[in-house]
Amino acid sequence: MASTMVNPTRMELTRLKKKLVTAKRGHKLLKDKRDELMRRFLDLVKENMALRKKVEEGLEIANKNFVLAKAVMREESLNTALLAPLQSLSVEVSAKNVMSVEIPVFDYKTRAPGENDIYSYGFAFTSSDLDYAVKSLSDIFPDMLRLAEIEKSCQLMAAEIEKTRRRVNALEHVMIPETEANIKYITMKLDENERSTQVRLMKVKDMMIKEQIEAKQAAKKAN
Amino acid sequence: MYKGVAVIGDRDSIYGFASIGLSIFPVSDSVEGAKTFRQLCKGEYAVIYITESLAAELEEEIEKVSESMCPAVILIPGIYGNTGRGLAQVRKSVEKAVGSDILFGGKD
Repeated sequence: MASTMVNPTRMELTRLKKKLVTAKRGHKLLKDKRDELMRRFLDLVKENMALRKKVEEGLEIANKNFVLAKAVMREESLNTALLAPLQSLSVEVSAKNVMSVEIPVFDYKTRAPGENDIYSYGFAFTSSDLDYAVKSLSDIFPDMLRLAEIEKSCQLMAAEIEKTRRRVNALEHVMIPETEANIKYITMKLDENERSTQVRLMKVKDMMIKEQIEAKQAAKKAN
Repeated sequence: MYKGVAVIGDRDSIYGFASIGLSIFPVSDSVEGAKTFRQLCKGEYAVIYITESLAAELEEEIEKVSESMCPAVILIPGIYGNTGRGLAQVRKSVEKAVGSDILFGGKD
């Protein structure tokens, strides 16, 4: 065991005791962090699941509409219609700190402000199916962005939870027991040393008294 | 900091996204897909939506960027139907965090 690796000295004992206190405190803090992260993660992942189902359904409808649009329009005119999009979208990314995990927050901004700016074509040469298709996609987009935010957060938090859990386990099952064993070993060794010193002292004292008695008896005889 | 949103996948699945202001990157096969995907990961895009069918072929590439905050790679069903990969991804992160699939109990 590791106990054979330590020097049984008082200084080492003090050091190990300090280390044990730190390890226990760290263990408690990390455990709290893990529990809190887990609680938030579970809330988030439930939302993630619901949102994903919603987005997938929405996209399925949008895809169907696009297939319809494609069926009634010529390929070229469809391509021309969507060739030069009017709308352009940018996302502002900021980070939020949740229990030391940086999770992204997306905030989107569109260049063209109008609700109807998603139709980048004249209505004369396109089918109304295309309008529906584009509209259905545009409707689902805010949810898609929210999904991106939540799903990424979930992934990042999952990674952090895994890491934290490993740390907690390492402290709980390796570091703390090992330090405790070492402390016990050093304490026993020091006690043992103390006892042997005491025994030696007692023995020496006995010998000294014996010598004195003998000396006194020798002096009596001489008188 | 403002960034864009990209959509990558087969052309038929993604061409509509251009109309709502996303940048689309149609690819026809996985080699081209991998190349484009790597390029997209380098900068300008905060979110990359990728079709499930393409994601199936680019698993390693996606795994690489999963640890960083940007970009967020999100799977979406393509025009050829929902393969359930996106949900599987969510399930995977639950498994990673909790150790077992406690939310969905293995059922779909």
